[in-house]
Amino acid sequence: MLKIRIVKRLNPPKYHAFLVPILSVVISLMIMGLFLWARFGKFEKVVEAYREMFSWPFIFDYGLPDTISKMVPLLLAGLGLSVVFKMKIWNIGAEGQLYLGAMATTWGALFLFKNVENSLILIPTLLLMGAIAGALWAFIPGILKAYLKLDEIVATLMLNYIAAHWLNYLIYGPWKDPEGYNFPLTAVFPESSWLPMFGESGIHSGVLIALAMVVLIYFLMYRTRWGFHLKIIGDNQTAARYSGINVEKNIILAMILSGALAGLAGGIQMLGVQHRLQHGFSPGYGYTAIIIAWLARLNPWAMIVVAFLFGGLMVGSEQLQIMMRIPISMVYVLQGIVLFTLLASEMIFNYKIEILIPRNGGEKSWR
Amino acid sequence: MILKVLSAAVRSGTPLLFATLGEIITERSGVMNLGLEGLMLIGAITGFMVSYNTKNVYLGFIAAMIAGAIFALLHAFMVITLRVNQVVSGLALTMLGTGISGMLGRSYIGQVAPKFSEMRIPILSDIPGIGEIFFSHDILVYLTYILVPLTFFILFKTKPGMILRAVGEEPSAADSRGINVYLVRYIATTIGGAITSAGGAYLSLAYTSMWIENMSAGRGWIAIALVIFSAWEPFKAMIGSYLFGGMMATQLRLQAGGKVNISANILMMLPYIATLVAMVIFSSSEKFRKRIGAPTALGIPYSREEKT
Amino acid sequence: MLLELRNIVKKFPGGIVASDHVNFDLREGEVHTLLGENGAGKTTLMNILFGLYRMDEGEIYLQGRRVHITSPAHALSLGIGMVQQHFTLVPSFTVAENIALGLKKYKFKVDFKEVSKRIEEISKLYNLNIDPSAKVWQLSVGERQKVEILKLLYAKAKIMILDEPTAVLTPQEVESLFKAIRMIKESGTGVIFISHKLREVMEISDRVTVLKSGKVVGTLNRDELDPRKLANMMVGRDVVLKVEKKPKEPGKIVLRVSNLHALNDKGLPALKGISFEMREGEIFGIAGVAGNGQRELAEVIYGLRKPADGKIELLGRDITHTSVMARIKMGISYIPQDRNGVATCPNLSVAENLFLKDQQGEFLFNLKDVVRRSLRRIEKYSILTPNPNFPLKLLSGGNIQKVVIAREFENEPKLIIAEHPTRGLDVGSMEFVYRSLLKARDEGKAVLLLAGDLEEIFTISDRVAVIYEGEIMGYVEPDPSNLEKIGLMMAGVRDA
Repeated sequence: MLKIRIVKRLNPPKYHAFLVPILSVVISLMIMGLFLWARFGKFEKVVEAYREMFSWPFIFDYGLPDTISKMVPLLLAGLGLSVVFKMKIWNIGAEGQLYLGAMATTWGALFLFKNVENSLILIPTLLLMGAIAGALWAFIPGILKAYLKLDEIVATLMLNYIAAHWLNYLIYGPWKDPEGYNFPLTAVFPESSWLPMFGESGIHSGVLIALAMVVLIYFLMYRTRWGFHLKIIGDNQTAARYSGINVEKNIILAMILSGALAGLAGGIQMLGVQHRLQHGFSPGYGYTAIIIAWLARLNPWAMIVVAFLFGGLMVGSEQLQIMMRIPISMVYVLQGIVLFTLLASEMIFNYKIEILIPRNGGEKSWR
Repeated sequence: MILKVLSAAVRSGTPLLFATLGEIITERSGVMNLGLEGLMLIGAITGFMVSYNTKNVYLGFIAAMIAGAIFALLHAFMVITLRVNQVVSGLALTMLGTGISGMLGRSYIGQVAPKFSEMRIPILSDIPGIGEIFFSHDILVYLTYILVPLTFFILFKTKPGMILRAVGEEPSAADSRGINVYLVRYIATTIGGAITSAGGAYLSLAYTSMWIENMSAGRGWIAIALVIFSAWEPFKAMIGSYLFGGMMATQLRLQAGGKVNISANILMMLPYIATLVAMVIFSSSEKFRKRIGAPTALGIPYSREEKT
Repeated sequence: MLLELRNIVKKFPGGIVASDHVNFDLREGEVHTLLGENGAGKTTLMNILFGLYRMDEGEIYLQGRRVHITSPAHALSLGIGMVQQHFTLVPSFTVAENIALGLKKYKFKVDFKEVSKRIEEISKLYNLNIDPSAKVWQLSVGERQKVEILKLLYAKAKIMILDEPTAVLTPQEVESLFKAIRMIKESGTGVIFISHKLREVMEISDRVTVLKSGKVVGTLNRDELDPRKLANMMVGRDVVLKVEKKPKEPGKIVLRVSNLHALNDKGLPALKGISFEMREGEIFGIAGVAGNGQRELAEVIYGLRKPADGKIELLGRDITHTSVMARIKMGISYIPQDRNGVATCPNLSVAENLFLKDQQGEFLFNLKDVVRRSLRRIEKYSILTPNPNFPLKLLSGGNIQKVVIAREFENEPKLIIAEHPTRGLDVGSMEFVYRSLLKARDEGKAVLLLAGDLEEIFTISDRVAVIYEGEIMGYVEPDPSNLEKIGLMMAGVRDA
């Protein structure tokens, strides 16, 4: 009888770390290519589409600024999620926390501090408001998880929907720009609240904040006792309690930090890119960030690369939509396929498949 | 008026009920599938496409279930065989389902397909009150009346159901009795996916007769909450689904009637806030906190030789 | 000959040879014991026979016929059954449901009347006393074990493997288990009994095969059995189970608990008014069958569980309401019974586990520093690990316990709570634990030893109390002549 079993590799070769992502992207592009081929009917068109998709987002004068401005929220939200994922707390609510950040920042810029003209005071205040709002939104499921053992996946999901409807309520209702031809968007923020740009490059200074946060999160997670405590909680909550760690308090703290970073992402998106709150300002940054955190294996440095590539993927697909009339839903399909192949190939490379054939005197196996 | 609302509660609770039942079956085997939203959309678009092109709603409905089963199978392969994180795989499934349904559905926007029509059940629908609420719907609603007790019966009264629960509770115990844990989980995930997809098909074939992008509108996520709310039991899932269906229906009615001057968006938050509040109330009760009914091995991949 | 294993070889990833050309056989109606230290390869060998592991080389003959066992279910269908250390029962199911789960006879509906009737018959025949409609989670450990045995009897197993069945039982329960084993043997079934407790092995075995590091040391017949010889074969040297103990010099009072009450996880009273005092430089043993409040007592003193009533004083300070962290800092160390579930993080490294509770440099943390500092502890406690960054879960049970002991002892404790500190350990590691505890006592620390193994309690304790259902039944002198008395007190007889 032929038997197949899957065995975990004890020491996967180092080059897997590079080989796996590259291979899986190639595989998903091939799958996606079949879709495109079916659509265009001509193979040349597929090649053209891919050329467009892989050059545009990474060329300085074309898509690069856009890629970077998409990288920033992905990176920030992903960093936040890496903190809670380390504890095996599944915060799916980065999207909602990001909305709250954007809403709080908008509130400050348009109403609360609309007469403050000193950017040096105004911008940090507004971003802080965003971070606090995101933190509060994450605090709710955090405290419910810590003290009532409420499933955080469901709680954060519900809060995402509540946040989305709240945001819609504001931009369709009280915050609607009176001169906006009835579109669901707010008025433009005063220019004193805009994040400064790097000259004419079209890249806003929010990217510096995001990179600073990478350093901060790295420091917190790998160089402080608190980071070690989160690691202990993530591996064995009982052992954490036994070691005198306050599990409940740390769950809440980690959720707050996670939400604050997502809220900050929302705030930066407002002040750096949009300059007004409008419907659909986030193409699911908070959800994509989950994937980014996971693919970067919760490592802050790796997250820069992964977030940059995903930003490029988003920009590239938008470009395809404009140039070749490929619908935006294609982007989700591509992201889904990339994700599945990435996850699958990572696992396949971490495990080896053994085929066993019984022989006389035992069984032989091929690996 | 009140009868109309209750009847509407059953109608709008039905897609939730399909999805919740599907997920209960999946989770009872120890697999968590967070891709319900994607599966519902796949079901909705497949059902619509097939029904539009063949002019046969039944074919559409069956095709939707098959499509759901195929996508659930993908999730099963990822999490059971490859042991990918179940949360991440579920999210990827939702992303894929949203994308594919949007892509396939582009040319169908604005079209109308045949739909399941109302079928009053002769004698039962004449019962005052009850008849209007429960027996004046389409055939898919009646299908759930069979599906709920059937799921309960199979889960708790038969050998296959016992095996399914054992796999979700104590996979090593099941394994030592010669039960193929992987196979049971594959089957449960696939069947669960098919039933979830049926909930999506209900939206495009019975609730409306159109395809609208993202038409599941978060029902898949509510279903995930409802599974916990129902303590993984089919009859409680039915009650929960109608409760939330009722809330959704009321909100639509208030909106349409324009009697109450509250923004539609505020009303739309209601089901989500209610889910959250209900979960908080249930969680604070001692019995529920210990998650009686929750499969102990939920979300944990199984492997026999792990300890070596 | 009922069963023959020839030249069985099993290698695990990482190069460990768990079975090295092992030969073993079993006759009908005999109890053949596999004796050996933990890690000697007893369980591995039986897991191969039961189809859980696949052997790399070797042959298995069942009644002279060559068989290839592919899975536990296959083994069962061949008449080979095994009661594993970790029970394979579904807790939320009834006994009858658990039994019916594996029955091929029922495809869709289970005839529970028939199943229950059979269960009652078997239960009566072997004096097991099992109610088929009881939910498994409501049963005691001893009863669960009987359900496992019943399961095999129901399946008409010809070969029954019992993996360390007595580890979780009271002396009285062991007696009743042995009675059942004798009856099973009478009916012609061959029993493979796995153990490392010499006293029990002497009592029940017809033949004994001793394993050491995956190899067979030798097989002895009943008339050749001698505890000294067996111990010698097991470890390859004479075991000094009588550990040297200096006369006791108790100092001032370290711990005083008064009228302690607490609830268990199910919300039922687990401690009902416990009071005692402990002094510097003494080992206070509390004997009792597992589940009589020992764990709750340890947790309440350590701060993991809130007492419902009563008072705890450490060196004269009331600590009843302080946190675990505060108590660690005040010098309470705790070696919990559950090494893997409570005391360690299995996926973290050896070094990280050695410094799990470390508070040095409250805010900053440097992994490199931890690894560097761990080297000294690894050496001092002779922890066998390839390197400090090795995942803890890949170490053997004895080495994991050494990690726990190293951490708890290096924390400069005033009080050490040791809960079943040698459970599941081999003789060599046991000796290490005893010596460590005695050394701590001689250094003036107070040691609270909670254990069920009387040999263990008597070997090292200065004073012994017996706990039963959350109450202290009385105090006993740690002297072998009191064995009978203590056994009765453990069963709930006061002042026997």
